[in-house]
Amino acid sequence: MSIKAETFIEILKSFSFNNISGVPDSTFGNLFNILDDDKEINYFRANREDTALGIASGFSISNKNSCVIMQNSGIGNIINPLTSFNLIYEIPVLIIIGWRGYGGKPNDAPEHWIMGEKTKDYFKMININFKTFEDEDEDEDEIERILKSEIINYLDRKETKALIIKKGVII
Amino acid sequence: MISRSNIISQIMEKVTNDHLVISTTGMISREVFNHKDRNENFYMIGSMGLASSFALGVAKSNPKKRIIILDGDGSFLMNLGSSACIGYYCPNNVIHIVLDNFSYESTGNQLSISKKIDLCNIAISSGYKKVLEIPEFNINKINFDSKELSFYRVFAGIEDDNVEISRVKHSPESIKYNFNKSL
Repeated sequence: MSIKAETFIEILKSFSFNNISGVPDSTFGNLFNILDDDKEINYFRANREDTALGIASGFSISNKNSCVIMQNSGIGNIINPLTSFNLIYEIPVLIIIGWRGYGGKPNDAPEHWIMGEKTKDYFKMININFKTFEDEDEDEDEIERILKSEIINYLDRKETKALIIKKGVII
Repeated sequence: MISRSNIISQIMEKVTNDHLVISTTGMISREVFNHKDRNENFYMIGSMGLASSFALGVAKSNPKKRIIILDGDGSFLMNLGSSACIGYYCPNNVIHIVLDNFSYESTGNQLSISKKIDLCNIAISSGYKKVLEIPEFNINKINFDSKELSFYRVFAGIEDDNVEISRVKHSPESIKYNFNKSL
């Protein structure tokens, strides 16, 4: 069973992720509209994923938990800032990514086939720790438990990390 | 025309402990480092075009500090979307200065496209509150105590090829550590 976007946001808030930037993605249902309306969250509507990462990094260096929420089609836009900024300066950001084109061709629309297949490879290539959420039939409590433990792991290690989430896991 | 080095030296003489300076990659960061190295400086050594969005996050999380972005024409034009985003969120503690020498000087003086572009108009339409073009540099035209989102386009000359400017000597982790300590 999936978890609701509202629940997901409550989990982020419970870990003080009150500054979030992103570029919308339909994978997360109504998540972005709720973020935008949530008074306890400063949500920055970035116009490209590298801008979102730059904003989140500004919060991170100021000792505030910050994350980016985006679609996997924007991964290309964050490779340069990740390799020549976040990773070398050791400025951690939690990156939450919607997984369009899961499984590759012929799943989803053609523009997502290649990235859908290669999404994990980008993070492997530049040694960024990641966790995938691929089972939308997983028990709701279990999804919540894993999400929380991954966030705790990110906060303990203080290293940039990606959570890659298939459509249907968060609705 | 006044040199970049001279402009940066005058700017760095004006900054106080409450000013955080975020400088773009290449020669601009090197100049800042050589003129006045301090913990409150964040030297971008890569990620061209990222200084402004990073500065937006820093500005919003440190409302009592003033953030000076030292951008170049190339890095400003590389990520116009970031400037639109700064204009939209309009932090009142950001002073965005573009040193415009119409070229990518750090990579060997290749021309940029800034000469034909009205950068100030871009800033105005993005929502910057105070916008000024400075064709002939005068440090007094920049308001370092500004309480509104401001933008300055400063024309700068190309430097003499024979002048060697050393690279930023801190490691990226120490730049982060020092900057974080100053907040």
